[in-house]
Amino acid sequence: MIEGIFVDGLIFSIMVMGVLISYRILDFPDLTADGSFATGAAVATISIVNGYGLLAAALLATLSGAVAGLITAMIHNKLKVPGLLAGILTMTMLYSINIRILGGRANVPLLKIDTLYTKMPEVFSFLPGPWALLTGTLLIVFFVKILMDLFFRTDLGISIGALGSNEQMIISMGINPRLLKIIGISISNGLIALSGGLLAQYQGFADANLGVGMIVQGLAAIMIGEFLFSTNKIFFITLRVIFGAIIYKALMFLGRYYGYYIHLTPSDLKLLTGILVILSLIIAQTRAAASSADARKKAIRRNNERRKGLNEEKNNA
Amino acid sequence: MLNIEQISKVFYPGTVNEKVAIEYIDLRVLEGDFITVVGSNGSGKSTLFNLIGGTFPVTSGKITLNDKDVTHTPEYKRAFTIGRIFQDPTVGTAAKMSIEDNMITAYKKGMKGLKISLNNTKRAYFKEELKQLKIGLEDRLKDNVGLLSGGQRQALTLLMTVLSKPQMLLLDEHTAALDPRNAQIVMDLTTEFIEKYHLTTLMVTHNMQHAITYGNRLIMMDEGKIILDVRGEEKKQLTVLKLVDLFKKIKHQEYSSDEDLLAP
Ligand SMILES: Nc1ncnc2c1ncn2[C@@H]1O[C@H](COP(=O)(O)OP(=O)(O)O)[C@@H](O)[C@H]1O
Ligand SMILES: [Mg+2]
Repeated sequence: MIEGIFVDGLIFSIMVMGVLISYRILDFPDLTADGSFATGAAVATISIVNGYGLLAAALLATLSGAVAGLITAMIHNKLKVPGLLAGILTMTMLYSINIRILGGRANVPLLKIDTLYTKMPEVFSFLPGPWALLTGTLLIVFFVKILMDLFFRTDLGISIGALGSNEQMIISMGINPRLLKIIGISISNGLIALSGGLLAQYQGFADANLGVGMIVQGLAAIMIGEFLFSTNKIFFITLRVIFGAIIYKALMFLGRYYGYYIHLTPSDLKLLTGILVILSLIIAQTRAAASSADARKKAIRRNNERRKGLNEEKNNA
Repeated sequence: MLNIEQISKVFYPGTVNEKVAIEYIDLRVLEGDFITVVGSNGSGKSTLFNLIGGTFPVTSGKITLNDKDVTHTPEYKRAFTIGRIFQDPTVGTAAKMSIEDNMITAYKKGMKGLKISLNNTKRAYFKEELKQLKIGLEDRLKDNVGLLSGGQRQALTLLMTVLSKPQMLLLDEHTAALDPRNAQIVMDLTTEFIEKYHLTTLMVTHNMQHAITYGNRLIMMDEGKIILDVRGEEKKQLTVLKLVDLFKKIKHQEYSSDEDLLAP
C-alpha cells in the first residue's frame, strides 16, 4: 500500500514538473494541463491498444501534450490573449479531442495487454511485485528529472528561466520571447501528457476526465515542496517537486482513508487541495513579509553601526 | 550610424486621450557620438528612445541603423545593435536567477541552443569582468541577482550590456534611481566602457552638469521636439547657467509667438 502511494506520487511528480515549468519558471499561468494530462493518457492508451509498442506510446503521449502546449502558446502570442484564457481555450477544446482520440468513448481500458506496469514485475523479477513497480517508476522519474536538470542548465534552458523572471531582459539580449514561450509551454505540457500516459498504464485505463483539477493539485505539490527547503539550483528544485508530489499524494491518501473519522468524503478532497494552496500562499506571503522586515531591521542596524563608527573616528581625530 | 527622419509618435490617436509625444523629429547620430539628452518631464525623451529601440512602432517617419531601414524591425532584433539601460535597476537583470546565469544569457546575443556554455572557463572570465566593477560581485557568482542592491544591479546591467557587444547604447536616466555614491560609480563605469568598447551613446540625464561634462553633443527636448542641439566647441563652452538661459530664451520665443497667434 505504501508503495502504491509512492508510485502514484512519482507518476504525479512528472506532471508537477510540467506545472513547475509554466507556473514557476516561465511565470505563465497555463491551464492547458487539465486537458493535456488526459490527452496523454488517451494517446498512450490508444497507441498501446493498437500495438505501437510502449516506447512509441510514451513518445506519442509526450508529443501530443507538446502540441497542445504549442497551441496555447500560439493563441497567446498571435491573438495577444492572456495566457490564462489561451490555456482555458485549449483545455476546453481538448475535452472533445480526447474523446475523439478514445474512439468516441469517455473511457478505454487496458485489459489483457502489455503495459509498462505489467512489464515491470518481469524486468525486476527479483523484487516483490509492488517494489518492482516502484523501482521502475523511480527509474523513469529520475530519467525525466535528469533531463530536466540538464535542459535548464543549457543556454536555452537558462534563457527560458530568465524570460520568466524578466521578459525585457530577454528582448534586450536579442531573443524573441514568443519563441521561448512556445518552447517552454510545449515542454511543460509534454511532461504533463507523459505523466497522464503513465497513469493510464498504472491504473489500467484512460479516462477523458482524468485531468480535471490537475493544475491546482500540481500547484499544491509545488508549494508543499517549497516548504521543505529553499534553493535556486535546478537539481534541488526538481528534487523538491518530487518530494512535494509524493507528500501531496500521501496527504490525499490519508484524507481518503482516514477522513471519515471527521466526516470527510472523497469529493471533499478538491476543496482540501484548494485550501492547501491558499494556506501555502498565506504562509509564503507572511514569510516574505517577515524576511523583508528582517532585512530592513538589519539594514538599519548596519547603518547605525556605520554611523557610530564614523562618530568614533571623528572623536578620535 | 543612426538616422532618424521625420518620426512622430501619437498615443491613443483619435481618442480623447490622444497625445502627441514626438513631433516630427530628425536626428543623425554619427559613429562614436556621445550625445546627452535633457528636457523636462514628459518632453518625450523616453518615447524617443522607445522608438529608436523598437518598444513600439512609430506613427510616421523612418529609422535607419547602419544604413538599414529598421522602422519595422522588432525590438529584439534591433537589440543586436542597440544596448539599452533603463532608470529602474530591476529591468536589466533577471532577479530570480544567479549572477552567472544572467551573465551567460548576456554573453552572446540571440536565440540560444542546447549547449551548456556555462563552465569553469566562463566563470573565471565572468569573475575577471566583474572585478572591474570594483563592487565585490566577483565572489557572488552563484547568488541570485534579486539579493543585490540597486547600484550593484545597475552596474551588473551595464557590464552585461557591454559584454553582449552592442554598437550603440541608449541610457535612459540610468543613474537617477541610485544614491549619489552609487550613481557616481555607475557613471564612471559608463564612461569607462564607452571608451573601451567605442560605443556610440545617447544618454538621457536630469543632471545638467553631467549633460554638459559628458559627451560631444547635447540635445534638449521639449514637447516632443528637439529645441536645442549643441556640439563640439560650443558644447565645451557650455555652463549650467548658459544652458538654462538658452532654454528660457527658446521658451520665451515660443510663448511670445503663441501670444501673437492668440492676439486678435
Ligand atoms: N506608453 C505610453 N502610452 C501613453 N502615453 C505615453 C506613453 N509613454 C509616454 N506617454 C506620454 O508621452 C509623453 C512623453 O513621455 P516620456 O517620453 O516618458 O517623457 P520623458 O521621458 O521626457 O519624461 C508624456 O505625456 C507621456 O504621458
Ligand atoms: Mg523618461
